[in-house]
Amino acid sequence: MSTNQPLLQVNQLGVQFKTNDGLVYAVNGLNFELGRGETLGIVGESGSGKSQTVLAMMGLLAKNGTATGEVLYKGQNLLNMSTHEINKIRGDRVSMIFQDPMTSLNPYLTVERQMTEVLELHKNMTRKAAKMRAIELLEAVKIPEAARRISMYPHEFSGGMRQRVMIAMALLCEPEVLVADEPTTALDVTVQAQILALLRDLQRDFGTAIIMITHDLGVVAGICDKVMVMYGGRMMEYAKSDDLFYRPTHPYTIGLLGALPRLDSDAAELVSIPGNPPNMNNLPKGCPFSERCTHVMPHCASDLPPLVEIPGGEGRWRACHKAIADIQVNVAGEVQHA
Amino acid sequence: MWSYALRRILSTIPTILVVITVCYLMLHLTPGGPFDSERKVSAAVLANLQAKYHLDMPLWKQYLYYLNNLLHGDLGASFRYADWSVNDLVARALPVSLSIGGISMIISIVIGVALGIVAALKQNSLVDYFVMLLGNVGSAFPSFVIGPVLILVFAIWVKWFPAGGWDEFSPKYMILPIVLLTFINVSTIGRVMRGSLIEVMNTNFIRTARAKGLPLRTIVMRHAIRPALLPVVSVLGPLAISSITAAIVTETVFSLPGIGKLIVNGAGNRDYTLVLGLVVLVTVLAVVLNLLVDLAYAILDPKIRY
Repeated sequence: MSTNQPLLQVNQLGVQFKTNDGLVYAVNGLNFELGRGETLGIVGESGSGKSQTVLAMMGLLAKNGTATGEVLYKGQNLLNMSTHEINKIRGDRVSMIFQDPMTSLNPYLTVERQMTEVLELHKNMTRKAAKMRAIELLEAVKIPEAARRISMYPHEFSGGMRQRVMIAMALLCEPEVLVADEPTTALDVTVQAQILALLRDLQRDFGTAIIMITHDLGVVAGICDKVMVMYGGRMMEYAKSDDLFYRPTHPYTIGLLGALPRLDSDAAELVSIPGNPPNMNNLPKGCPFSERCTHVMPHCASDLPPLVEIPGGEGRWRACHKAIADIQVNVAGEVQHA
Repeated sequence: MWSYALRRILSTIPTILVVITVCYLMLHLTPGGPFDSERKVSAAVLANLQAKYHLDMPLWKQYLYYLNNLLHGDLGASFRYADWSVNDLVARALPVSLSIGGISMIISIVIGVALGIVAALKQNSLVDYFVMLLGNVGSAFPSFVIGPVLILVFAIWVKWFPAGGWDEFSPKYMILPIVLLTFINVSTIGRVMRGSLIEVMNTNFIRTARAKGLPLRTIVMRHAIRPALLPVVSVLGPLAISSITAAIVTETVFSLPGIGKLIVNGAGNRDYTLVLGLVVLVTVLAVVLNLLVDLAYAILDPKIRY
């Protein structure tokens, strides 16, 4: 095992669901890497396959779903492990924060039980030691009176506090990879900022690598090193966060950035990408974004654009038939960056 | 919770009073009396009998007289079984019904919950199909069909058990009635448990538990079983009550000297005090069972605080 091997390497990851309408390809041919302490953002509209990507990595797909390709954690493929084997990794080395803090905690168990069970399982701690550790973590995520509140049930916490509990729970074993599936979507804006600051601090203190799923580009700009833009279950663009924001090369990324409401311009109208996200049962043969793309060319709907590394782009990838130069001419007009 | 229990018990008094009053009136409104029979008794004898049982008083006086006795725990004297008080009759019949109903209830909960869990975790497996089949058969066939079939197979064909009767809690007379009640209860409990566990296993908090790396056993026993049991608990109340009232059929099929048989005989004989006494008994049982269900809810679900 070489030392510069990435912590997590995803090759040709695909997710399929058996439905009454036949096989639905929710995620196709994803490749990405995550190094120690790095933060990768996955952005895209609802239904673009972001959540299914990480659920597949964790072995948490719904019963009718299957994952193909490989997800290498330190060289071991998580996808062909038995439940017993993957249970030693998930919750311990790789842990996850879910989107909806209101329903993702068990309402029938105290916070204490839900936290201590993780440590009892993975670290063989006694209940007492596990409780001490859990209180430490709750204090780290700034839950007031943690020692008293730990014996309460989730419904006695507010939404923001529950999400902090989720985060504390995910960090109990000091995981190497933290997967956060829209951790701030269900929270109000002031709490969102607190949670993000918290994640950034924890990353600094614990050196955790984070995969952050979001459809909020502000979140990406705030904490991500690299960004993967997904649409229709495919990767559209993959770049360093700054590069993506200042020099987007894919029409969909440009559309997303253009749809950000701005406070510093007088234009009152909200910009959106025309059309709707594709029906995953019936994707176009070619580029999934072709139906809504302003740069569409005749062969876009029939030929799938391959995902290509941009020469000299420092690990930047894109999937588009149109040359970068042709697109970037128009960028200034579409995205008004400061 | 104790103050809640006390309030619930107090609030049942009006319920019981209304049930008694309505039953009392309905019984007295139905034509005929306890001493009407094919062979007419002479007017003098009838008058004596009526005086003995206070039937010659105005209805409201009889009613108050009955309530007063009831308060002292006296259900009155039976009109038809001479020398028997209703208390005595109930004291003999209740243990029969309670033992059959209680034993079958306990067995049904254990088997039903276990089958439901296995069926839910192994959907579309043999156990799952068995539970579904059992659920359908148990709901579709009434006990007066299943009962005689049991008698036919186990009493007449293979001769393992007697076809009916009772002998001081001798197990060989108890097994077939218990099997019948258990079969019907398991079909309901198993079906409800299966459905609710499947639903719980698809919730977000179970996904969280899986993401923690917990083994399936811990996920089910620690995280899923409590929420999954809630719907089961709520059917247990009605099920337990129907185990007593359905005893009317079971006890007739197996000729058991239980509460069900007393009700049928009492109603046929216009035995006012006996029927009323049994109605009071069943009402109190129903109220107590419902209270137990509510308290079980509070134990299972931390969000419920009374």
